[in-house]
Amino acid sequence: MISVNNVNFRYPGASSDALTNVNLQIQNGEFVAIMGENGAGKTTLVKMFNGLLKPRAGSVSVDRVDTQDKSVAQLSRDVGLIFQNPDHQLFAETVSEELSFSLRNFGFDEEVIKRRVRNISTALDLERYLDSSPFILSGGERKRVALAAVLAWDPKHIIMDEPTIGQDYLQKDRLRNFIVQLISQGKTIVIVTHDVEFVAECKPRIVLLSKGTVIADDTASKILTDVEMLTKASLVRPQIAELMHQLPALGENPGIIDAYAAREFLIPRLRKADQTIESG
Amino acid sequence: MSAISARNLSFTYAGASTPSMDKISLSIEKGEFVILTGPSGCGKTTFCRCLNGLIPNFYSGKLLGELFVADVNVSDKTTAELSKHVGFVFQNPENQLFSLSVERDVAFGLENLGIPREEALDRVRWAMKSTGIEELREKAPYELSGGQQQRAAIAGVLAMKPSIIVLDEPTSFLDPRSAEEIVKVIADLNREYRLTTILVEHRLDIVSRYANRVIIMDDGKVVLDGTPSETYGEQARLIGIGLPKVTTLFHMLRRDGIPLRTNPITVEQASEELSKVLQQ
Repeated sequence: MISVNNVNFRYPGASSDALTNVNLQIQNGEFVAIMGENGAGKTTLVKMFNGLLKPRAGSVSVDRVDTQDKSVAQLSRDVGLIFQNPDHQLFAETVSEELSFSLRNFGFDEEVIKRRVRNISTALDLERYLDSSPFILSGGERKRVALAAVLAWDPKHIIMDEPTIGQDYLQKDRLRNFIVQLISQGKTIVIVTHDVEFVAECKPRIVLLSKGTVIADDTASKILTDVEMLTKASLVRPQIAELMHQLPALGENPGIIDAYAAREFLIPRLRKADQTIESG
Repeated sequence: MSAISARNLSFTYAGASTPSMDKISLSIEKGEFVILTGPSGCGKTTFCRCLNGLIPNFYSGKLLGELFVADVNVSDKTTAELSKHVGFVFQNPENQLFSLSVERDVAFGLENLGIPREEALDRVRWAMKSTGIEELREKAPYELSGGQQQRAAIAGVLAMKPSIIVLDEPTSFLDPRSAEEIVKVIADLNREYRLTTILVEHRLDIVSRYANRVIIMDDGKVVLDGTPSETYGEQARLIGIGLPKVTTLFHMLRRDGIPLRTNPITVEQASEELSKVLQQ
């Protein structure tokens, strides 16, 4: 469990707090999206989870261990953080070295390393790049290398900062399926994102941050249809939620945010309307 | 006379066995607003790299066919000369901004071109006004929000008075509201100055309403080319294009036998047609 208790944080030299009085509990095996405007404090918050940042007041604990008592290296074994910009993370000469680097550091033996690198590169569509330099790959591909490098050591809690940026639709779909697979293995998944369409398809619990404060914490259906809350966090309703809102004949939106649910909901109503015309 | 005209344009990167771009023939007229999309690796970035001569000047490989940009044959010109005609805006504005003030950044390209001071000042003022950042001129780029930074990057390109602007996923780092604002700035510039606009984008939900044309590439070739409503069909879905969610919903409903006449690309269009059916 990741537990954030009354956390305040201010960057050195800044005139205001990046996080103010943040409280948040994430259970093991949960899938949570942290959303909010640019500069809301999302990345600052998740950097607390593996100890890269320590709170100025309050406390953060991971599986009941206070992050103050551990080094980033110790915490990282359980908390894998994938940065928004893969270039802040990648450094090796080949993708294969990149993926095996941390495994070697954590002392896995070569057989295990080989197997894990093979498995993870297949899962993330990277096999053909194993001998390439990460730096000749496209932005989207480098992001997948960065993700694979962390997943390779199999942390319990996986934190992804803006994983969908630069990914095309097929890759996003693959990422979504991959997240589902990780959740079914009992992993905790936390994504930081402003991709409302991606979140509308995955439906995680959403923690909405604005100006360093948690302003809402609820299901995807609740938050992605609440235009007042979304506006505060500089977000918009996903297209389908907006569409349901614009169809006054249907009354209030019963929390529909994705195309599949909209189809289920609309078909009987559209058929009924259609039959009325035919019989009339 | 076309803004861009390509005939049988092919490019194979040095060391690659297959062409990344395979006999592309197309022309884009002055003032068009074109979305260029397709799965990762489809060749869209390669095509854009040809527009300002990065290919063949900076990327080695085999270039075949012809490309005219603003009536000049690209293979005769350097990237510096082409930069007067073609402006580029990238995903991450941080990569494009480096001066101590926004105004200096916007003026940077002009100084390099040796534009006289008075004219340069006029152009900088005009570019900052057109992108709505006049009040930020004294600010340092790092003090700006992501959306403001992207506006500054666009202003820097605009000040060069290009006749063509190419934007590579300019909104992917921005929260949805800032993204909408940037897309509106781009659409206004396109309309007001007949600036030929090529927007490389995966997120079609927010950009489609502004484009008169969508070019979809797959495997190095142009596979679909038409208005958004014409191109967002079954074939685009099968290639793996992330169609706007309302378009996807209409495809599903039609497959279920609901007689819908249009292929909407915006929430407003979708809600108009559905409302008609429901109210009958």
